[in-house]
Amino acid sequence: MKEMRTPALFLTLLLTAGGLTAQTTITGTVKDGKGHPIRGASVTIKDSYDGATVDSLGNFRFQTTEKGTFTLVTTNIGYNPVEEPVSLSGVPIQLHIVLKEQLSELKAVTITAGSFTAGDAKRGAVLSSLDVATTAGSNADITAALKTLPGAQQVGEQEGLFVRGGAGYEAKQYIDGTLVNNPYYSSVPDIAQRGRFSPFLFKGTVFSTGGYSALYGQALSSVVLLESIDLPEKSEIDATISPIVIGAGTQQLAKNKQYSYGASYNYVNAAAYFALVPQDADYFRMPQFHNGDANFRIRTKSGGMIKYYTTFAYNDLGLRRQDWDSLNMKDAFGLTNHNWYNNLSWRDYIGNGWKMDLGASYSTNLDNLGQQVQNAMNQPQSFPDSVFWMSFKNFNIDQRQDLSQIRGVFDKKLGTLSAIRFGTEYWYAYNYQRYKNPAYNTDSLFKFHDNFNSLFLESDIYLTNALAAKVGVRYEHSTVINKSDIAPRVSLAYRTGPEAQVSLAYGVFYQKPENSQLFYTANVGFTKATHYIINYQKMSRDRIFRIEAYYKKYEDLIKTVPINYFYSTYNNSGTGYAKGIELFWRDKKSIKNFDYWISYSYIDTKRNYLNYTEQLMPNYAATHTASIVMKRFFTKIKSGVNLTYTWATGRPYYNFMLENAKYNLAEQGKTRDYNSLNFSAEYVPSISNPKARTFIVLFASVSNLLGYNAVYGYNFSYSGLYKQPITPPANRFYFIGCFLSWGVDRSQDAINNNL
Amino acid sequence: MQKTLLFLGLLITLGATAQSDRYTAAMQKNITLLDSAKTIDQLQSLAGTFDRIGDAEKTQWLPYYYAALAQTWVGWNPETKDKDGNAAKIKSYLSKAEAIEKNAETYAVENMLSTQQMLMDPQTRWATNGKDASDALQKGMSIDPNNPRLYYLQAMSLFGTPPQFGGGKDKAKPVFEKSIALFKSTQPKPLYPTWGLPQAEQGLAQCQ
Repeated sequence: MKEMRTPALFLTLLLTAGGLTAQTTITGTVKDGKGHPIRGASVTIKDSYDGATVDSLGNFRFQTTEKGTFTLVTTNIGYNPVEEPVSLSGVPIQLHIVLKEQLSELKAVTITAGSFTAGDAKRGAVLSSLDVATTAGSNADITAALKTLPGAQQVGEQEGLFVRGGAGYEAKQYIDGTLVNNPYYSSVPDIAQRGRFSPFLFKGTVFSTGGYSALYGQALSSVVLLESIDLPEKSEIDATISPIVIGAGTQQLAKNKQYSYGASYNYVNAAAYFALVPQDADYFRMPQFHNGDANFRIRTKSGGMIKYYTTFAYNDLGLRRQDWDSLNMKDAFGLTNHNWYNNLSWRDYIGNGWKMDLGASYSTNLDNLGQQVQNAMNQPQSFPDSVFWMSFKNFNIDQRQDLSQIRGVFDKKLGTLSAIRFGTEYWYAYNYQRYKNPAYNTDSLFKFHDNFNSLFLESDIYLTNALAAKVGVRYEHSTVINKSDIAPRVSLAYRTGPEAQVSLAYGVFYQKPENSQLFYTANVGFTKATHYIINYQKMSRDRIFRIEAYYKKYEDLIKTVPINYFYSTYNNSGTGYAKGIELFWRDKKSIKNFDYWISYSYIDTKRNYLNYTEQLMPNYAATHTASIVMKRFFTKIKSGVNLTYTWATGRPYYNFMLENAKYNLAEQGKTRDYNSLNFSAEYVPSISNPKARTFIVLFASVSNLLGYNAVYGYNFSYSGLYKQPITPPANRFYFIGCFLSWGVDRSQDAINNNL
Repeated sequence: MQKTLLFLGLLITLGATAQSDRYTAAMQKNITLLDSAKTIDQLQSLAGTFDRIGDAEKTQWLPYYYAALAQTWVGWNPETKDKDGNAAKIKSYLSKAEAIEKNAETYAVENMLSTQQMLMDPQTRWATNGKDASDALQKGMSIDPNNPRLYYLQAMSLFGTPPQFGGGKDKAKPVFEKSIALFKSTQPKPLYPTWGLPQAEQGLAQCQ
């Protein structure tokens, strides 16, 4: 051994080492900017083994045998590391170290005032995509599920979201940034229609009940932002079988998982269902719906996505109902609709922290509808001039709405979380209506074009993890009314506790008058709403509590100026307000396998618009609305059960009668309270066999289980002496269906291999 | 000249020996401490110690592995509240270990990390974190098909999954048995992990 030959040297080395063993004791504390201890932070003498971990009180203590000048490093995940020089000489050292929290997406507050987020990968999501599908009573209709959240009214006689004192048309839907012109199947008088889009197309949904971002506009009360899925998880073929609907589809994911394509088709026919479940209305043309869709999605080299989605729908129906002027007459209404919707979007990362979102969309919607008054033998009737109001019930309308859009948004990250974004959109709308009335040989053609343009700028500003602001402004111009507007939007969020935060939002919102008004006059301007919102939220993983108060001011609402019984013109002299308080509570924790949420909305709202004679509570608003949604899955029997109960106080109804080209409020009242208990259940037998090639879901639902007789309002006879309640076409709605899919289910593999 | 070279050679040898002795001693001492550590503070402090050893050594994956392992034990403790924050710590230690070497043992920790993340919200996370956990097991087994800890972890997953979802005692039992057999037949290298046999035996007992 070489060492043995030089014992002296070895000794010297040992002695030198021994000389260094005079230890230095280092003690101290590690805290954050607010003086809270940072448990688990690490204090280290750089390049040595010596150091300590901070305890729960924020203290640390260690000894080191090193001597000389060293660097002391203090680190903890989520904080900026601190280095400082220390001189080690055997003299005890005491240090008070303060670590500054890093800005991080996980810890930073999010602005929650006025918005509910649904989605699986979303932070602060209130609902998941599956929740939308499994909410009893929704039957996989996005709008119906959103109606269980605070802010939305329980309007059953018209499609749309009636949010915070706003009419249905004041809420708009956007898919991947572009506006959807006809999100619902075409209106049938007094029967709400479903949305056209399945919740399974989307990975995220934001339901804004006010104060939304400057990136969106033309909605006075609410926007629903739908974000389509990127690539599917697997290739599959699926089928739907039910007495009402049959369908089939496929999604094919490329082997390299860089692109996918798919198509599906379904056919709805209510004939068999109506034979089993009697309807109040007499359907002389059974409701039939053909829906086809196709898509492709490509992942780009830089991690962006190009997505195209198209859907085509054709539907037809005809129904007879009791006429409300003559009890031995019937009104026969028929509707044929063609709709084609296309959406192309390209999201990509273009370097240096820049992101772009480009979108283009084209849709065309054609309705051919007509009404005819018929006698007890279903024969068409015509009327003398003395009962001219009956003659106006015989008509035909052909109408078409086309909308082409392009949109570009550029987003630049500033630092970790802050960002600035700006963009523009251009919409070209063509609207056409042809009205025919055989009694007067009327054949009127209304049409207009609109070039709508907007520019917007918005910035996310994060001062600390606890304080965030979003500031934006939006400019809009519409050629049909030849008006411009500038809409500022500001929102703030401040964390008040570990899981608690307060958010504020303010914004000005403009919306063009409706097509039906623009057909008669272009001499109108934007309608306007101003929102003020304050929100408090406490959110842990399994529980969410929210309380929100708002005040909304309406200006320049459209007022109807009657010319005669049939013709009217319009101006912007309407006004209104809405204020209220809303609560939301969701709890997945207290009872095992049981998940429920409760929503409550209180609203005080009045408006003077259209033919209203004064400031009145609108006929779609109820003072109190509450919902409880419950979900429970029983693993033993592979089944889930869902219940939704909704209650709302009565809504006002009015009869405005026209006398000498002026409206009079002839009668008003309030409907009875609304109650509805909805039930659904699913049975998923294949869940027990992860290797099953066929995945089966059996689904059943009953809406209004208890058979409560809902009255949504009244239709008044011309004389005003008779009023006919507006009720759903049948007391209960039943659905049973079987959903099958075949494919390699990767998520099932995950359960199989891992759990 | 020859003397000088000899002297230099001697110094280098001595230095290296002293260094590795110090490393081995520190590792052995702290591995023993880890075996008996119970409280969150003890485990957290050991994780810090292993991390410091790793930072000082720079080329050893084992200290970082043990840092991640100690932090994983913190994650299993029901008193740990901020599980996402803890998972971030495990991840930071583990990625330092994996930057030096990826092997069956690091994949075992990766499996536990993903499992812990998934268990925080199984309904929404099983598709992502659950998948990561099973991928980690597969990758680990493809590197070392005879690693007893990977089979122990697989058995635990099966044990925790309801029979309706393809798990249960019957499915877990043979995997526990395989794991125990492998524990008894393999001889770990010095300083390499040895944990798992008592846990596997306990798991098997619960399957009876």
